[in-house]
Amino acid sequence: MKAQYWISSLVVILIVFISLSSCKSGGGDKIKVGEFASLTGKEATFGTSAHEGTLLAIEQVNLSGGVLGKQLELLTEDDQTKAGEPANAVNKLISKDGVIAILGEVASSRSLEAAPICQQSQIPMISPASTNPTVTQEGNYIFRVCFNDDFQGGALANFASGTLKAKKVAILTDVKSDYSKGLAKSFKAKYSNNGGNIGTELDFNGGDKDFKGQLTAIKSDNPDAIFLPGYYNDVALICIQAKQLGMNIPIFGGDGWESESLLTIGKDAMEGHYFSTHCSIEQPTPEMTAFVAAYQKRFEGKTPDAMAVLGYDSAMVLVDAIKRAKTTESVALRDAIAATKNFAGASGNINLNADRDAVKALVFIQIKNEKFTYNTTVNP
Amino acid sequence: MDWFLQQAINGLGLGAIYALIALGYTMVYGVLRFINFAHSDVLMLGAFTALYVAPQIEKVAGAESPVGCVMVFVVAAAVCACIGMLIERLAYRPLRNRPKLAVLITAIGVSLLIEYTAQNEKVFGSAPQPFPKLLSDYEINLGNLVVSSNDILTVGVTIVLLVAMWWIVQKTRVGTAMRAVSYNQQAAALMGVPVDKIISFTFGLGSALAAIAGVLYAMKAPGIEPLMGVQPGLRAFVAAVLGGIGNLPGAVLGGFLLGLLETFAGGIPGLSNYRDAIAFGILILILLLKPAGLLGRSTIEKV
Amino acid sequence: MNFRGAKRWLLLGIALAILASYFSPQFNRYYLGVVIDVGIAIILATSLNLINGHTGQFSLGHAGFMAIGGYFSAWISLSVGESIQAFWYFPLSLCAGGVLAAAVGWLVGVPSLRLRGDYLAIVTLGFGEIIRVIAQNTEAVGAASGLKGIPKLTTLGWAFGFAVITVYAIATLVNSTYGRAFIAVHDDEIAAASHGVNTTRTKVVAFVTGAFFAGIAGGLYAHHKQFLSPTGFDWVKSIDIVVMVILGGMGRTGGVIAAAILLTLMPEFLREFSEYRMIIYSLLIILLMLLRPEGLFSFKTQRRSKS
Repeated sequence: MKAQYWISSLVVILIVFISLSSCKSGGGDKIKVGEFASLTGKEATFGTSAHEGTLLAIEQVNLSGGVLGKQLELLTEDDQTKAGEPANAVNKLISKDGVIAILGEVASSRSLEAAPICQQSQIPMISPASTNPTVTQEGNYIFRVCFNDDFQGGALANFASGTLKAKKVAILTDVKSDYSKGLAKSFKAKYSNNGGNIGTELDFNGGDKDFKGQLTAIKSDNPDAIFLPGYYNDVALICIQAKQLGMNIPIFGGDGWESESLLTIGKDAMEGHYFSTHCSIEQPTPEMTAFVAAYQKRFEGKTPDAMAVLGYDSAMVLVDAIKRAKTTESVALRDAIAATKNFAGASGNINLNADRDAVKALVFIQIKNEKFTYNTTVNP
Repeated sequence: MDWFLQQAINGLGLGAIYALIALGYTMVYGVLRFINFAHSDVLMLGAFTALYVAPQIEKVAGAESPVGCVMVFVVAAAVCACIGMLIERLAYRPLRNRPKLAVLITAIGVSLLIEYTAQNEKVFGSAPQPFPKLLSDYEINLGNLVVSSNDILTVGVTIVLLVAMWWIVQKTRVGTAMRAVSYNQQAAALMGVPVDKIISFTFGLGSALAAIAGVLYAMKAPGIEPLMGVQPGLRAFVAAVLGGIGNLPGAVLGGFLLGLLETFAGGIPGLSNYRDAIAFGILILILLLKPAGLLGRSTIEKV
Repeated sequence: MNFRGAKRWLLLGIALAILASYFSPQFNRYYLGVVIDVGIAIILATSLNLINGHTGQFSLGHAGFMAIGGYFSAWISLSVGESIQAFWYFPLSLCAGGVLAAAVGWLVGVPSLRLRGDYLAIVTLGFGEIIRVIAQNTEAVGAASGLKGIPKLTTLGWAFGFAVITVYAIATLVNSTYGRAFIAVHDDEIAAASHGVNTTRTKVVAFVTGAFFAGIAGGLYAHHKQFLSPTGFDWVKSIDIVVMVILGGMGRTGGVIAAAILLTLMPEFLREFSEYRMIIYSLLIILLMLLRPEGLFSFKTQRRSKS
């Protein structure tokens, strides 16, 4: 074996890449907007929904003549729901394609991976639905068009002690998900503060299909309700198995529940359960009605979910900021996004606060007759 | 006590599925000495086949009828048996006399190919799809205990299939040939055993088992998606090794044991978050004490 | 092997890495990021190659050792504050991560290397998963939310410097008198034992060395991505590394490096195909394996025919 072989090949590759890396793409006559989303992998439905909303927004803007006299070009990268991928995707969008802003992601853990890159490159990033409070703490270029989990957790805790009048709540969290863990933490703090009693606390692994072990333990503890911050695919199965075990207490959770799949899979097992979310597509605002109609026309009758609405809003907030800034230069654009006030989004009025979080109302939805029905609104 | 019994019932229901999947792993391993990574994806394909044929069969046999249900199982098993044989023919057979690890990587490639193709919007898409009710299920209450009819069905099917597989391997001509191929491929070929056909048959059988497990799994958790096989596949793989890979009763024992362990761990606060690790922890302990698995016989290396 | 020749190449490689590092601020961030990924992949693949390829012990838990090194060195970086600016800090913290990974590798290796083949594979896979689950439940390293805000210390120079050192160290080890034992164990364990090779110790040494370098790769990865989440270190990641080793031809250092480069770059080149990207990727793996089952880069110069 010749040691020279491999070391020389290493060096050759190195040189090739150094020469490669000197090319840089210039600007065109289009405004390039980058998006990264989980289009394949475990959480692909969220990514796909948000992507469809974003795509619809960009298409609508282009049809109406674009912004600043230019058309928008949406460049989408799939991160495969995999840690490590968002960094490459966002680096590629910023450094190779030269996008002016980044839209994404739904999941907080992947937004957290991309945020430092956007911050260091001074490219504004707008997350449609990452609710973990730490996401926008990454820096002043990171925004979101949704509320954060501190607010959501508090609202859920008040809901449990107020509307449900629950004295003891069991908590079942997804150990793999920062979203689930973070929401549970904010909930627990507020709920204990309200004088509530935390019952059994158990975990499951997102993607598991059998939850009877956890549910049996919860059942024997006799709580008044179960708090289940998780994603819809697990939630539906958990509710089915809770029903099989003869548990009739209300189960409630956060915005991860919202998806048509919750109803089509959970069916009658979902009856009477509650969740909080960003908006209801039944909201009678003209923006929402117009969005739902346009979405159904574009995507063959598919009913949009909250992720699609927020994906749409994230793009619209960006477009609005470009119009106000009258430029796509990063500092001016950042300032314009930060100054977003009373923007009439499909999900509701969007006001960005000093922490770059949207101050928005939260909606409670109850499942009745296998339909999402509007329950109450909680204002910030 | 109620709590304990209820958990035991839950655990058996889960374990039966693991056992069934593990049975498929072990069948293929027994003959070919290689881990078929695509097994868990064949399981997913079985569930999707059932999803698509169930409405058609319902028209003929009526909704939620036992006859229709059996037909769905048979169709899913047959389709997956064909898929399994096709995979073997195209991806594994060309590498028959090559290093085992080359086949392993091809298997991983096949597994990724099926997963990513299935996730494409034009194929199944990545969103979970509701799985129809094949058989009306109900809960049987025994005092404070609840037993689901689905779980009884799963346990029953697993035991019946274990016996059937054991019978095929031990008592039939094909089974004798399978064992011959397992002992020594070259020698078997020289004795007139059609090695290719036997291996193809084993793959078909293993894939049919995966399909049945897939349909049962979908009945238990009626939201199916292209990655549904990954998690149970890994657990079943652990179960197969736990029981002594290549050993049929071992696979079933391993499956039940793992199902019970996971269920009990899931119900204990402070332990439920380590559920994934516990299965592996126990596995490691057992392997360190019995290096060939619970029922496996350690082979003496020939010099 | 001409020892002096190898040393010359080592020095040249390091010099080039330092040179590249000097110019790297001018490079496009994306390419730079990908090239650093390549460097890390080379370390991972080469170190696993020592265990899987040279010594023939099938390990599926490499991502676990990577996680240990990554989390530990990142945790140090987040705790020490000011002094991370010092030049000597980074290699030291990487080595600390590597040493911890090696220590765990020893703990794992001593009992489990008695097992063989698939049993060893599943046990190492299990250890990898256990490490991930522990990271997932440890608040000190961010638990499920992951560890964020890790300083960006990995540069092209460090990544390739360590890649060159890893390749050199492992090649030198394997080619030394002592290292011949690895290959003896790989080729025939019983024959090796009867010639006086302490097979268990040889295997453990290979395992611990591999774990050490995986830990270093993990540290580089942590300070490159600046964010660690436990799900990034699951068994799928280990499988990725195994694919590199096998595609590269098990024990052929040059091939394994080439495979590491190829498999890291391929998904990037395939970005053009968006939703078909991973389908093409998996098809290519199958085809490569069918067409070149002995490894992609198996040249006739190799000595071993037995697998």
